[in-house]
Amino acid sequence: MNYDQIISQKIQNIKPSGIRKFFDILEEMTDAISLGIGEPDFVTPWHIRDAGIYSLERGHTKYTSNAGMLELRREIANYLRRRFDLEYDYTNQILVTVGGSEAIDLAIRVLVNPGDEVIIPVPSFVCYGPLTEMAGGVPVYVELTAENGFRLTPEQLKAAITPRTKALVLPFPSNPTGGIMERRDLEAIAQVLKDNDIMVISDEIYAELTYGQRHVSPANLTQLYDRTVVVNGFSKSHAMTGWRMGYVCAPQPVIAAMTKLHQFGIMSAPTTSQYAAIEAMRSGDEDIAHMREEYDSRRRYLVENLNRIGLDCFEPKGAFYVFPCIRSSGLSSDEFCERFLREEKVAVIPGTAFGPGGEGYVRACYASSMRDLTESISRLDNFLQNLRRKQGQDG
Amino acid sequence: MYTLLELLEQDCTQSPAQLAAQAGMTEAQVKDELRQLEESGAILGYQAIIDWDRVKRERVTALIEVKVVPQSLDGFDRIAERIYQYDEVESMYLMSGAFDLTVIISGRTLREVAQFVGERLAPLEGVTGTATHFILKKYKEKHLVFRRPEPQEREFVFS
Repeated sequence: MNYDQIISQKIQNIKPSGIRKFFDILEEMTDAISLGIGEPDFVTPWHIRDAGIYSLERGHTKYTSNAGMLELRREIANYLRRRFDLEYDYTNQILVTVGGSEAIDLAIRVLVNPGDEVIIPVPSFVCYGPLTEMAGGVPVYVELTAENGFRLTPEQLKAAITPRTKALVLPFPSNPTGGIMERRDLEAIAQVLKDNDIMVISDEIYAELTYGQRHVSPANLTQLYDRTVVVNGFSKSHAMTGWRMGYVCAPQPVIAAMTKLHQFGIMSAPTTSQYAAIEAMRSGDEDIAHMREEYDSRRRYLVENLNRIGLDCFEPKGAFYVFPCIRSSGLSSDEFCERFLREEKVAVIPGTAFGPGGEGYVRACYASSMRDLTESISRLDNFLQNLRRKQGQDG
Repeated sequence: MYTLLELLEQDCTQSPAQLAAQAGMTEAQVKDELRQLEESGAILGYQAIIDWDRVKRERVTALIEVKVVPQSLDGFDRIAERIYQYDEVESMYLMSGAFDLTVIISGRTLREVAQFVGERLAPLEGVTGTATHFILKKYKEKHLVFRRPEPQEREFVFS
């Protein structure tokens, strides 16, 4: 069998993530510290786990309705109103998905016709481009800069729009930069979009993790509500990555189309996870506050210390990543990460993994213990000093 | 943002520099505030929480309910002081409900604890009764679980 002939050209054309080789090195090391994985280090709060266990004890092991349990959707609607001032009708504007990832995939697939362009700000999470290509669309990358606080500016957006533009992805708060879009930034975006039908896919998986100000969704703006697909989930806010629970809210026709696709591909999101999610929506606000406070103190520690040891670090306003600039080391992002891992046994991710515009940066996740963070900083200090010494000798 | 005290309550082995970065203070401010908190008695001390079973050291802990002759709050304080002065007393609380004082004591052996209750505590003037409960197993103390956490498998998923 010639599998190169058999497997679809579309998927073959998608480049595998360059990170894999890096994780392979890491897996061989037993004593390495990993700041590479983007997931909370907390275990799901007990009362949420307990709700999942209890649902199993009562024998709730069947499919739910395709869109997700009505009770869960009602709780999601309440939660969104309470936390973010967002109004969605739980009977026809909310779909429960297998993580935010499925929601992103569905959104792109129900919007994109072959040849349609999707504007994707980068550096950002890796899935938007490949999913667009699988849907027959064309990713159009817009490089955000530290000087602009890794925000998408209206000028950049205007320059990227063509008659084929179908959708704009807004991945804020941002993985990997920690950048956010404030209300006035979104108003400027709305101004650019007002005379066309471009849809906004807003990936708000880190919405609960902002520091200093509440998250603003594009759907909070009346001008953008009708064109916005809000993607969110439980993974980052409630430390529930393994439960695979996400949801998407949008105007009714978009949700109807997504539900159609979801029922063929998925049927319904995992039932146990849905029961746990109901509990998370009802009584999880305090857990969020607690975890956010933890992340915030680690964030402060890292930003201050990265700058202290000589790496310029943009102050992240959201998510749980720092994205320091490593140009002063004279190394590329890839070299920096590989050498730092081999020499000091700490894993961080090269910015280039997050698309064009990531060169010169690395991502470190601070959802790790203070002990690991402190140790990582001292190893990084050591690494940089050795580097300077060697460079001094060479020069 | 966490306050200095909250950060210390979680882990008091952190250096002033670490505390400063997290609390949004300077190192000098942290040292200054620590000194004040210690002097005012807001911070009583810094201790490790130890699972003595893991180091195979024999140690017995008992929770003793103590009833005393009814009296004013001052009166309770006086009796309490006469009890907590003993080194064997680990913790002690004034209670509402069916008895008056909870005394937590620890010793090397059962006999040592029993002796303390019989010879020191029970005969005290004002003490009308005691009930001693030996602690068989500790599950959790100060938010820390007496079980080595299961290693959290973190797969190398790129997210």
